[in-house]
Amino acid sequence: MKKTRNQKAWFMVLPVLILVAFSAIIPLMTVVNYSVQDTFGNNNFFWVGLEWFEEILASDRVHDALGRQVTFTAIILAIEVPLGIFIALHMPKKSGFWSSLCLVLLALPLLIPWNVVGTIWQIFGRIDIGLLGYTLDKMGINYNYTQNALDAWITIIIMDVWHWTSLVVLLSYAGLRSIPGPYYQAAKIDQASRWAVFRHIELPKMKGVLLIAILLRFMDSFMIYTEPFVVTGGGPGNATTFLSIDLVKMAIGQFDLGPAAAFSLIYFLVILLVSWAFYTVMMNMDKEADV
Amino acid sequence: MSLELKNISLAVEGHLHIYQSNLKLEKATMNVLLGPTLSGKTTLMRIMAGLEKPSSGQIIWNGKDITNCRLQDRDVAMVYQQFINYPTLSVYENIASPLRVMNKNKHEIEIAVKKAAEILKISPYLDRKPIELSGGQQQRCALARALVKGAGLVLLDEPLVNLDYKLREELREEIPKIFERSGAIFVYATTEPEEALLLGGNTAALFEGRIRQFGKTSQVYRNPKDIITADVFSNPPMNFLKFRKKYKKLTFEGGISHTETDHLSNLSDGDYIAGFRANHLDLTRKRAAQIKFSVRVNHTEITGSETFIHMNYTGEKWIGLVKGVHNLEQAANIPVYLDLAHIYIFAEEGNLELSAFYATKVK
Amino acid sequence: MAKITLTNLAHSYLNNPNHDNDYALKPLNHEWTDGTAYALLGPSGCGKTTLLNLISGLLTPSKGKILFDGNDVTDLKTAARNIAQVFQFPVIYDTMTVRENLSFPLKNRGMKKDYIEKRVKEVADAISLNDILDKKASGLTADIKQKISLGRGLVREDVSAILFDEPLTVIDPHMKWQLRTQIKEVHKNLGHTMIYVTHDQTEALTFADKVIVMFEGEVLQIASAAELFERPAHTFVGYFIGSPGMNILPVSIEEDNAVLGSHNIMLDAKYKKLTGKIELGIRPEFVTITNDPFALPVTIDKVEDVGHYKIARGRFQDHPLNIILNECDEIKSATTHVIFDKKKINIYQNDWRVEP
Repeated sequence: MKKTRNQKAWFMVLPVLILVAFSAIIPLMTVVNYSVQDTFGNNNFFWVGLEWFEEILASDRVHDALGRQVTFTAIILAIEVPLGIFIALHMPKKSGFWSSLCLVLLALPLLIPWNVVGTIWQIFGRIDIGLLGYTLDKMGINYNYTQNALDAWITIIIMDVWHWTSLVVLLSYAGLRSIPGPYYQAAKIDQASRWAVFRHIELPKMKGVLLIAILLRFMDSFMIYTEPFVVTGGGPGNATTFLSIDLVKMAIGQFDLGPAAAFSLIYFLVILLVSWAFYTVMMNMDKEADV
Repeated sequence: MSLELKNISLAVEGHLHIYQSNLKLEKATMNVLLGPTLSGKTTLMRIMAGLEKPSSGQIIWNGKDITNCRLQDRDVAMVYQQFINYPTLSVYENIASPLRVMNKNKHEIEIAVKKAAEILKISPYLDRKPIELSGGQQQRCALARALVKGAGLVLLDEPLVNLDYKLREELREEIPKIFERSGAIFVYATTEPEEALLLGGNTAALFEGRIRQFGKTSQVYRNPKDIITADVFSNPPMNFLKFRKKYKKLTFEGGISHTETDHLSNLSDGDYIAGFRANHLDLTRKRAAQIKFSVRVNHTEITGSETFIHMNYTGEKWIGLVKGVHNLEQAANIPVYLDLAHIYIFAEEGNLELSAFYATKVK
Repeated sequence: MAKITLTNLAHSYLNNPNHDNDYALKPLNHEWTDGTAYALLGPSGCGKTTLLNLISGLLTPSKGKILFDGNDVTDLKTAARNIAQVFQFPVIYDTMTVRENLSFPLKNRGMKKDYIEKRVKEVADAISLNDILDKKASGLTADIKQKISLGRGLVREDVSAILFDEPLTVIDPHMKWQLRTQIKEVHKNLGHTMIYVTHDQTEALTFADKVIVMFEGEVLQIASAAELFERPAHTFVGYFIGSPGMNILPVSIEEDNAVLGSHNIMLDAKYKKLTGKIELGIRPEFVTITNDPFALPVTIDKVEDVGHYKIARGRFQDHPLNIILNECDEIKSATTHVIFDKKKINIYQNDWRVEP
C-alpha cells in the first residue's frame, strides 16, 4: 500500500535520532577512531592504518577465543532449539488456567537480571554451600567448576539452557498456536503418526518463528558476557574465555585500545553478517509462502 | 454532488493493475462494480477513497480536484467484507466514533446513533460488544457507522459475501432503502450478477483492471458491448457458438443452418460468435422459428424450481437453465431449442456486432 | 462405504443442559443410506456443523449413539471411524508434492507400494489431477488444493463416508461451478456416502440427493430438492428455500377454502377443522397475474429485474406477497389481480404442514 507522504513525520523521529546518535553512533565512531591509531600514552595518538586489524585476525589468542565461542554457540543452539520445541509441543493446548500457569513459570527465568543468574549458578555450583555442588560431592562425583575446565563448561551450558530455553519455548508455542485445528484433524483422518504430524504440519508452519528464535539465540549467545564472567571469570585459565570476555580483558584489563577497538569492529561485522544471512533466508521463505 | 475519475490508472511494480479508466458518478445513485475476483474492484474503490494514489489521472469531487487530498480530508465512508468494528468498544461507541472525531456534542451524538441503530435494526444491541453479535448484526453495526457519518461517498466492498444467503437477501433489500435518504453516491462491489441486478442503479462491468462498460444495470445486462462484458454479467456463464453468415443463411458449427430473420438482414456476411444465456434454451419447441440443436447431456443439477443442464455440443460445453424439475439421463442425446432473437452476435475479436433482438423489447 | 445410523443423538455445549434451548443439536434419529449424497442446509447456528462434527468424531455427543454398519462408534475417535473430511479452507501438506499428498493416508496404513501407485493414479484420473501429480502442493490455486483434500479421502477404498464442511467458501465463484460438477461426478462414479454442510441453497439443492434442512438445532425436513420445493414441511423450510422464499399468509380454513379478510382462496382438497396459528403458503413461482377482476386483488409496490426473471413485490390485504414474472413480462398498473395455483398451496398449522 502506498502511504500518503507527510513530511511532518520526520520531526517525530528527530529526538530518537539524536538519542541514537549520542548513545550509539558517536561511541561507535570513537571505536573506529581508536582502531586505526596507536598511542605511546599521554593521549598521544598516531595513525597506523589497518595494522591492528591484521594483528587481530592473525592472533592465536583471538582464534582460540573464537573457537571456544563457536563451539559454545553451536552447543547452545543444538540443545536449546530442540528442547524448546519439545517443551512447546507438550504444553497445554487450550488457553486456560494450566496454560497460563505454564507460561508464567517459563517466563520467570527470562526476567532475572543476567548477573543475578550468574551469581545464582555460581553459588549453586559451589561444593561447600551450593545445593548442586554439595549433592554431587556427597554422591562421590568429582565436581569443581573453578578448577576443572569441563565442569566449568558444563555448568555454564546448563546455566544458559536454564536461562534461555524459555524464549524458544514461548516463540515456538506462539507458532504452534497459530496452526488451525483442521490440520490436526486431517492428520488424524489420514492416520499420520505423531512424528509425521510434527514433520509435515508443525515444523513447516513454525518455520518463521523458529528462524526468529534461532537468530535471537545466536546473537545473544555469540555476545555472551555477564553470566559466564560472574561464574568463572573466564577460567579456569582460558577455558571459558569467550570472545567478549577476551575483548574486555584486552580493552580494560590491558588497556590495549587499538587492538581492542579493531577486535570490536570485527566482532560487530561478524554478527552483522550472520544476521543478514538469516534475514535473507527468512525473507526468501516469506516470498515462497506468499506465492 | 458528483465523483469523476479521469484517466485513472494504477501501476504496481511495472504491471498495470488498473488501465486508463473514466467514470462519472452522480449524486444519490447506486453504482455497482461487477467483476470476478482480481478484476480491480477493490483497487478502484481504494483509489476513490484515497487509500491508493493513482499512477496517473485525476479524481474530481464536486468539481474540485482531490487526487492529492488525504483520506482524512475526504468525505467518504467504507464498509468491508470482514465486518470491521472496533472490538473493544460497545456497539453504541462504535457507531458514535466518527461523530466523536467530528467533535459533535453529546446530545447530537445520542440522537444520531439511536436513529442509525433503529434504521439498521440493532437498537437492542447497543450495549453489547461486536464479538457478542452474530455476523449479520456485526455487519449492520459497520453499516450504521458508515451511515451516521453522513458521507457523500459510501463505498461497500462485497459487504454481504460472508453472510449466509438468506441474510444476504434481507440486507440486500434494506441497503438501498437505508441509504436512499442520505442522497450520497454509493459504490458497491460484487462478483454476482444477480446482486447487481437486484441492487439496480448503474453497473460498471470490470475485467482484469478495465472498466468494460458502465451504464444502467439492466442496459449493461441486456446490451453488453463485448463478449467479456456479456460473460462477466452472466451466471451461469454465457454459452457460445461460432457461425458463418453467407447469402442470407446462417450456418452454425455442427452443421445446423437457418435462414436469417429480419433483424439479421443488416448483418454483413462473415464469421461470428453467437452468445446466448442459459435460460434461453428450451427443452421443447416453443416457437416455429426456433433452431434445434442436438446435444449430449453431461449431468443435471436440480434446484427445486429449476434445473441446470450441463451439456456438450460439438465440443462446446453449454449450460441450460430450464423451469421445473427434469431428471435427464446422463449421456442422453436430447434436442434443445433456441430463438434467434435471443442471440447476441459478436465479432471474432469480441466486440458486439448486433445485440439480441429480444433485448430491445424488454423494459 | 457404510450405513450410518443415529439413535437419539443430541449435543449440548453446556455441561448441564436443562431444557431444549441448551442443546445445539436436538434429539435426532436418522438412518443415512449408503451411497447417497446428503446436504445439511440451514442458517448460521442451526447445528449443521455440530452434526457434522459428531459424525466425524471431533465431538462426542452428550446423548445418543452413532452406528456405522451397525457397529457402535460413539466412543471411537476420528481416526478409527474411517471417514474423510474436506474443510472450509484447503488442508494440504505443504512440504509434499500432489502425489505424496495423495499417497500419505495409504502409506500411514502400511499399504504396499504398487497398490498405492495404482490408487493414486485412479483417484488423480477421477478428479483430473494427473498432469500436476509431481508439482509441489503449496504453490497451487485454492480449487486444486481442495481437490487434493478430496483426493486424500478418495484414495482409501474402505472410507465409510466423505464429509464436506462448506468446502467452496474460499473458491472463486467462477470455479465453484466446475468444482461442484466434479464432486458430483465423483459421487456418481465412485458412489461414496457424502455429507455436505452449507448455508447456500443452490449448492445444497444441486449437489444432494436428499437435503436435510435444519433450524435452531432441529431437523425440519429431509427430502429431495423437488419435494422441499413443492411440499415444505415447515414454514421455515418454505422461507429458506427459494429466492425469494415462500409467501406466507395468515388464513382460516373452511373445508376447501382458505379465508383471508373478505377473500376466499380455493384449495385443492378439503381440510379438517384446524385450530391454532393457521397459515397458507404459496411460492412466488406459483402466483400468476391475471386480468380476471374477480381474482385476488394485489397492489404492486416494486418490480425487480433479476436477469432471467422478474420479482414483483406487492401486498395482498396488507400482507407482503412476492410474484415471479418472466423476463419479458410487464406490469402496467400498480393494482392488479392474481391467482394461486391451488395444486401448489400448502396449509400450515403452528408452522407445520398439514395434510388435507
